[in-house]
Amino acid sequence: MATEAQAIAGDWGGGVHPYRVGHRKLGMWLFIMSDSLTFSALLIAYAYVRASNVWPTPFPFSPSIVFSSVMTLVLLSSSLTMVMAVSASSRGQKSAARKWILLTALLGVTFIVLHSLEWRHLYLEGLRPFALPAEWAAKWPGATPLFGATFFGITGLHMFHVFTGCIYLVVVAGRVNKLNHEDVEISGLYWHFVDLVWMFVFPMIYLLSINMSK
Amino acid sequence: MSSHTIDEGAHFAGSNRLFISVWAWLLALTGFEVFLGYKQVPVIYMLVILMGVSIIKAALIVAYFMHLRFERLNLVLTIVPALVICICLMLLVFFPDSFRAKALRSTGPPPAPAESR
Repeated sequence: MATEAQAIAGDWGGGVHPYRVGHRKLGMWLFIMSDSLTFSALLIAYAYVRASNVWPTPFPFSPSIVFSSVMTLVLLSSSLTMVMAVSASSRGQKSAARKWILLTALLGVTFIVLHSLEWRHLYLEGLRPFALPAEWAAKWPGATPLFGATFFGITGLHMFHVFTGCIYLVVVAGRVNKLNHEDVEISGLYWHFVDLVWMFVFPMIYLLSINMSK
Repeated sequence: MSSHTIDEGAHFAGSNRLFISVWAWLLALTGFEVFLGYKQVPVIYMLVILMGVSIIKAALIVAYFMHLRFERLNLVLTIVPALVICICLMLLVFFPDSFRAKALRSTGPPPAPAESR
């Protein structure tokens, strides 16, 4: 009887599992939705202050944009290794899945190291959350000091996501034999989301702030 | 643990070749974005093109890497439209005001200080 009812029910029938995903995976999707809105609000707020103020465009193509492009390459590659991990996990190859997950975490750590180097460089140049370097202030008179707040705020929150993602991946890699495929897939969802956010942060923060005079 | 899982691994789709080609497309689109920066395209064109390319890249990641393309339509329609509408509403609320704020900014010389009586 139940089988017959399930057979009749189509995609819109709902039934016991209307989404055909486990509750944890659905929970991760809902978390991703809420986190997407957090980053959207931050990026829209960034666009707001940028459109309504004199905004410095301090990043020379080389080395700043080249450096951030390498960071993007690292993060994109980590997404590929993560999808390989999920693919291996779906075939039941736990050992291969563990290696791909650890490689993903390693690329995540690489991204954090590169980002930290860039932060350090900007800090030494004099950029603070609520103050521009004297050289920038002279070059762009009347420029808002909010550049530092938006830059450190948005990239910092993203870097925090990468950091927590690395810890999450290491835990999943360590317990991969005890976990089922969907657990690996859920960790992949989180990691791809971190990559997705960078696809908006990179052009908005870096590419739209290229110093045209150099 | 497995009792909570629905069709474990059964609906996983997509080959490694597909994922590598998606990754290559993402790299190519990123390269295109960086090229625009190198060529120093005017900011307004840059903004429009970059946002368009970023949305395409996000769609590729969500569809293939996050497997949403292979999920049930129910899940897709629960997630995507709500998110798009919320983001559009935020844009509609914020953006007209940001341009108004710019119009209010004084562009003339600063006013002379009031004389003391």
